[in-house]
Amino acid sequence: MDKLLEFLSFQDPNVRTVTFGTIFLGMSAATVGTFAFLRKRSLVGDAVAHAILPGIAIAFMLFQTKNPFVLMSGALISGWIAMLLIEHLSKATKLKPDTAIGLVLSVFFGIGILLLTSIQHSGAGNQAGLDQFLFGKAASMTRSDLLAYGIVALILLMAVILFFKEFKVLSFNPDFAQASGLPVKRLQFILSTITVLAISIGIQSVGVVLMAALLITPAATARSWTESLLVMMVLAAIAGGLSGLVGSYISFAAPNMPTGPWIVMCLSFLALFSLFFAPKKGVVARIRQQQQNRKKILSENLLKTFYHLRENNPSSRTFSREELLEKRPFSDTEYNTALGRLRKQFYLIPEGHNWSLSEKGYEEAKRVVRLHRLWEMYLTERMRLKADHIHPNAETIEHIITPEIEEQLLRELDYPETDPHHSPIPYPRK
Amino acid sequence: MNIDAPALEVHNLTASYNRKPVLWDIDFQLPQGQLIGIVGPNGSGKTTLLKNIMGLMEPDSGYVNLFGKKLNDIRERVSYVPQRESVDWDFPANVFEVVQMGRYRKNNLFKRMTARDREITTQSLEKVNMLEYAKRQISQLSGGQQQRVFIARSLAQQADLYLMDEPFVGVDAATEESILNLLTEMKKEGKTVIIVHHDLQTAYEYFDWIVLLNTRLVASGPKDEVFTSNLLQEAYGGRLTVLSRIGDLIAKKDFPIRESNFKEKEGQGDG
Repeated sequence: MDKLLEFLSFQDPNVRTVTFGTIFLGMSAATVGTFAFLRKRSLVGDAVAHAILPGIAIAFMLFQTKNPFVLMSGALISGWIAMLLIEHLSKATKLKPDTAIGLVLSVFFGIGILLLTSIQHSGAGNQAGLDQFLFGKAASMTRSDLLAYGIVALILLMAVILFFKEFKVLSFNPDFAQASGLPVKRLQFILSTITVLAISIGIQSVGVVLMAALLITPAATARSWTESLLVMMVLAAIAGGLSGLVGSYISFAAPNMPTGPWIVMCLSFLALFSLFFAPKKGVVARIRQQQQNRKKILSENLLKTFYHLRENNPSSRTFSREELLEKRPFSDTEYNTALGRLRKQFYLIPEGHNWSLSEKGYEEAKRVVRLHRLWEMYLTERMRLKADHIHPNAETIEHIITPEIEEQLLRELDYPETDPHHSPIPYPRK
Repeated sequence: MNIDAPALEVHNLTASYNRKPVLWDIDFQLPQGQLIGIVGPNGSGKTTLLKNIMGLMEPDSGYVNLFGKKLNDIRERVSYVPQRESVDWDFPANVFEVVQMGRYRKNNLFKRMTARDREITTQSLEKVNMLEYAKRQISQLSGGQQQRVFIARSLAQQADLYLMDEPFVGVDAATEESILNLLTEMKKEGKTVIIVHHDLQTAYEYFDWIVLLNTRLVASGPKDEVFTSNLLQEAYGGRLTVLSRIGDLIAKKDFPIRESNFKEKEGQGDG
């Protein structure tokens, strides 16, 4: 706890630099990565991240400095070349895009490692730390580094805000954008450039090997929570920034713990969490939806059983468990679940050990039976199924038909009186 | 056939897909103010033709004029409706946002949408009966609704010439009717609509003018002149064997479509 307070007070200037740096980098990579994700360019991002390594090595060899702007320029140039190569390889040769991506990634990365090794063996005085580009070097970020990354991050953010609507249409439907006369080539150039920029600063915190995670995972995480591009981008930036914060804290609290991998761990946790708990799309939400479907089917089936018993014997209103189960078998749990649900909705009225339908329950039961018989009519009239084949289908579909579809069915079938088995179709009371 | 003030002129256009020629020396002119169908079997190069007209692909030879001008000079007068399946509908946007993309133009780069843009967007949605779905996520639309969104986006461009790629594929009866009504309306306003269509059954009923295509131009003219059993047989009776063998050979040998010193001359009719 003391550690956390000490960390959050940001009294140590070194901690402050590293923390703000990683938050910045996480946020800008996530913002730009949103478009890479939506344009299905995730793998290209990974390849470009790896391809940046030789650029950094060559920039260092030429200028013998670790000035962030110099290294970044080298990174930008080789990242750009890689991106163009991927595009042209798949256009000019018969290579498929995934092969082109894999090829560029491994060739550039191989050259990068080669150059790094030769720099290390050349005994140049200040080469120490260059190899940290492999896995990130967040902990050794200096104030001048921070300033450089801050400026670049700001430029990226401005570009995204300025071209937000153009990037949106470019990601959704590039052909349409071009047909509308938008300068698609130039917009693509800008988007690619800021992507390479975001990657070349991002590798400071997580390194080339893990960079794809910083670019893509926040966007994938955000996508499960929203259907709006703007919200998605903001959520992605928050996820990226938060992971930077958590990564810095862990490496502060537990010495010898690397920052980069922890940032990626945190991102992965957020992504997994979203996969499970996101509304509608999450695994949990879908399981719950399935459970609800099952309960709805059970209770509507029980309701129908009441209706059928009354239909067979109009004088009787109250039924025992045995009568109901004889008409339609339910297991004990099924019966209890269905009964509980119907009681809570006031569809049933208890009478001693027996049950009868309330007025509301009777109307609801009529609705389910009506949908069943209407659907059977539809199957015979429109889909030309034989009358002895339609029941199993209607047993399921009756539970999912919405009032709008019901109305459409009624209109298309012209309010039929009976179903294909000559049972009357019950209409609501006027 | 030469037409006065054609809406579209395609001149000796040859185009390839994956280096294989799929359109051979296509040459025709289309009149203004009509509903025009570009009709042909699957793989006959209809979409490639449309993409060449819209400048989305570079032809190997030949050129396209729209209202007697180059596309870049009259972009604002031409609107394009791509195939519905050409985009991923699981994109985070709602119906209104997508239709509003019709208002994104070169002259409002990095500017915000104006009240007038929103007004036009709303009216376009109303014209295709999709206004009540304005806030709906596009991933939740049916095929017919997606198609209507694309058409609304195109209407929002307020063009004079519309090029639509297979707008009737996979739509329900209600959408088909609503699109047809809209087309009639557009024709009344003097708009020219060119529609890529593969279904012969309905082509005669929908269009005034028909272009029959099967890697080469089979016919182009008023529908009664084009809908003869001879011409239809020619367009739908399979490909020309020799022509496809030549095409395969060109792709395989990486052969040029035109000799390197060939220059296309503008306005050089059928010399």
